[in-house]
This record gives sequence, C-alpha cells and structure tokens, in this order.
Amino acid sequence: MHPAPSVIFFTVSSGLGFGLLAWLGTGNPAVNGLSAFVMYFLGYGFAVGGLLSSVFHLANKKNAIKAFSQWRTSWLSREAVLSVITLLTVAPYAIGRIFFDTTLETLGLIGSALCVVTVLSTSMIYAQLKTVPRWNNGFTPLLFVLYMISGGALFTDRVGIAVYLLIALGILQVLAWRDGDNRTVNNKTDMGTATGLGRIGKVRQYEPPHTGQNYLLKEMVYQVARKHVLKLRLIAFVAAFLLPILALMAFADTPSFGAPMALVFHLLGVLASRWLFFAEARHAVANYYGR
Amino acid sequence: MTTLPTQTDKKLGLVIDLDTCVGCHGCVTSCKGWNTQNYGVPLSDKDAYGDPSGTFLNRVHSYEVQPDNGGAAQTIHFPRSCLHCEDAPCVTVCPTGASYKREEDGIVLVNENDCMGCGLCAWACPYGARELDALAGVMKKCTLCVDRIYNENLPEEDRIPACVRTCPAGARHFGDLGDPNSDVSKLVAERGGMDLMPELGTKPVNKYLPPRPKDTLDCSQSLEPVATEAKGFLGWLDKALEKL
Repeated sequence: MHPAPSVIFFTVSSGLGFGLLAWLGTGNPAVNGLSAFVMYFLGYGFAVGGLLSSVFHLANKKNAIKAFSQWRTSWLSREAVLSVITLLTVAPYAIGRIFFDTTLETLGLIGSALCVVTVLSTSMIYAQLKTVPRWNNGFTPLLFVLYMISGGALFTDRVGIAVYLLIALGILQVLAWRDGDNRTVNNKTDMGTATGLGRIGKVRQYEPPHTGQNYLLKEMVYQVARKHVLKLRLIAFVAAFLLPILALMAFADTPSFGAPMALVFHLLGVLASRWLFFAEARHAVANYYGR
Repeated sequence: MTTLPTQTDKKLGLVIDLDTCVGCHGCVTSCKGWNTQNYGVPLSDKDAYGDPSGTFLNRVHSYEVQPDNGGAAQTIHFPRSCLHCEDAPCVTVCPTGASYKREEDGIVLVNENDCMGCGLCAWACPYGARELDALAGVMKKCTLCVDRIYNENLPEEDRIPACVRTCPAGARHFGDLGDPNSDVSKLVAERGGMDLMPELGTKPVNKYLPPRPKDTLDCSQSLEPVATEAKGFLGWLDKALEKL
C-alpha cells in the first residue's frame, strides 16, 4: 500500500495526542494551571493536527464534513465522530484543571476511555480490510492502542511504566511483523483464485492491461519497501524501543530530561514502523498484476 | 446509505466468457467512451502524449495457464471490472454515504456529489474495480451502464451495457442473475460459471465462464527420427570431438 505522508502523520500524531490526553485524564500527573495548559495544548495540538492532516489525504475535501454521517457501517466515519466526542468530553475536564484547579475525576476517566476507543476505531479502518492480510488481524488494533499508551506515558514522564510498556510493545511489534510475513506468504488468495484460472493449472500474466501507471498500481501495488524491509525494521526497532529504554535507564535520576529524549527517539521509530505498516502491506489486487 | 440491502430480488450483472474473449480491448474503449460522455464526471486522462495514465472502469489482462493435467498451455484474456458484489465491502466502508448498492437491481454506484475521495472503498475492493479520478478527485466505478439499460430514448437493442453491446466476440452477457430462468443464469449453470476470490466472502454477482479445456497434442502421429547415426565427414567430426 502507498505510504502517504499525510496518513502516516495522521495516525502517529493523533495517536500521540490521544495518548497524552488519555494519561492526563487519569489525574496523574496531577498538573494544574499553566503546566496543565501546556500539556493540554500539546495533547489537543497533536490530536487535532493529526486529524487535520488526514484531510489532506482527501481528493475532494469539500465533502469531508459528510464523513460524520455513516457511523452505522463505516469505521472511518466512527473514527471521525468518536474523535469529536472525545475532544469535547476532555475539554471541560481540561478547563477545570487549567482555570479552576478542580478535578472532575469521573469525567476525566470517561475522557481517557474515549481516547482509547478513538484510537481503536482508527486502527479498525485498517484491520477491517480483508484485502490486506497483514492488517486484517488482531495485531493491528493492539499495536495502535499500545503505541498510543506508550507515547502518552513517555510524554507525561511516567518513566517506570513506560519502560515496561516499551518492552511489551517491542515484543508485540516483532511478533506482528513475523505474523504479517506469514499471512502474506501463506495467503489463500493468489493469481489462481483472483482469476479463477488456478483450478486449471499454473497461471502467469503475459500481458498487463496497460504499460503505464494507474491509480491501482500507485495506491495499492507499492513495492519500494520490499527491498529494504529488514533494514527498516531494524531502524524502527532500535529507535522506537531500544534507544528510548536506554535513555530512560541512563537518565533514571532526571526523568524530566530522559523522558523527552526517549520520546523523540520513540517518535522517529514509530514513524519508521508506521511507514512500514503501509509500505509492506500487500493488497489482493496485486495478484492480478502478478506483483 | 452505506448499509447493504438485506437482499435484492433482481441481481443485474455480467457473465464473461473467458473461452470466447479474444482480448481486443473493445469493451475497454467503449466503456471509456460511454462513461466519459454520460453519467458522472468524465474518465480523465493525464499526460496523454507523455507518460500517460488515466481512469478506466474495465481493464483486460492476458494470462497463460499451464494445465496441471499436462494438456496444452492456454492463453486467456481476462476483462476485469466491478462484480457488483452482494456483500460489497466497498459500500460499507464508505464514510460519507456516497457508495451504495441499489435495492431494486443490486447495482453498486457512487454518488459523486457525496464522495470525498478518501479512497477507502478502493482499498476494500479486492478486484481493483474502483479508480479515483485524478482530475475530479472522486471515485469512479462501473455503473453497469445504469444510464443505458433503463434509457427509453435508446433503441431497445442498445439498452445493455456499452461493453456488452460492443463486444465483437460475444464474450460478454448481461442479465438478471437473481432469476434462475434468465439466459445468463442458464449459461452460468451450463458452463460452470465461477466467482473470483470466493474466499474473501464478497459474493460477486458477475460470473466468469472458465475456458474449455484444449485437446492435447497427439504424439503417436509424430514422425520417427530418420537419421540418428551421423556418417561421412560429420560422423568423423562427431567421433573426433567425442574423443577429446
């Protein structure tokens, strides 16, 4: 699948933003006043910035508002609705913390839960697609949610829990990569089932329908990543998990320094892994083109 | 509304005969022509005299199959377009309500006034049936020529999809696959019409008729070799080289 920068930025940024808002909603760290304002400003900034970035992916932006209408069947629509509900639910809690030094505990926890559900709905946009075996499984929502919680933990200097989260996430990510490889290789769908000709014998394409590019090839038959997959996975793993854990341990006495450093490494790693998430994914339509 | 109808009594669709298709791309051209001049935004082309790319609702691949039973290899031309699935995954993923499946005849359509061009429906379709138009920014797909088949301004013989009307080989058939007594349903029953990627559970309405098996090359009739032993100069050369 084509790794569109706007969609990569959207999932990473909104994941981080909602992760931060989710941790803030638990009341720990107990920030108030100006520091609460800065935290919430960043949380809303990343969440809303990510959502706005997703709009740049649209070819016909003027109809974007209609994306709120089909929540009965569409995960993309659910995600749009949930993100607005979440941001509106978190707002009064944030205002209480910033301006009135009050903590609306229950509302905060509801907001945190909604943050998780919103990111879950983002992940379901991808996990629902039977056409992409690498996405169509439980790893996708698990990874999205765990990435969100880990990013938020680093952002709020929750060093102790962040280390455990990063270790768990690192293991899960490696398992997901391996599982995705297996699903792609052992896929029941191939050129034989795509054309129905597999029942006769071995199928090979000898002439494609067009010699130039088209939307399908650009959008769904992206092949650049396959060559450098292992190197990129290594880069993603080192940056997203190894370096942040080392930074947190090295600066265990000064978490206000170690945590931001770990967060920067982590984010670079998440960008790489999210790029791979799209670029590595093989779509069923590639079978028609034998790619 | 992106909720699929629980059932459509009428299931209009195509039956494509892979035994008959000669791969002329006539259906591709007539489809492009009709759908550029009629319903919805035109199917645009970019850089037509440089590195061309464009929107098409129908594309013809050509495949070669080596039969497992050792029979002669076959070449098969394979037109690929929307299959108007009963369980169309492209419809339910649509966030704006632009994609829908008609209850009255099962045709899957895009309302271009509602489409925001997110491309998720194209991701959900395993058949590559949907292409986002690069100029208009809305999703294009086969309409089963909904503006022809009910069009009383056209002569009756033209009230079929443009691809079917134009096919010079008679490889494309149009009809109601929900009616077991329709010509297309009988054809599917007779020839063992098949679904594409049935494992993905889309329940396509369009069916493909598999190519008939070819006969095999009869080797018993081939000539026996007349000269196995080389003589004269060539014979000497053969022996000399053998000894080296």
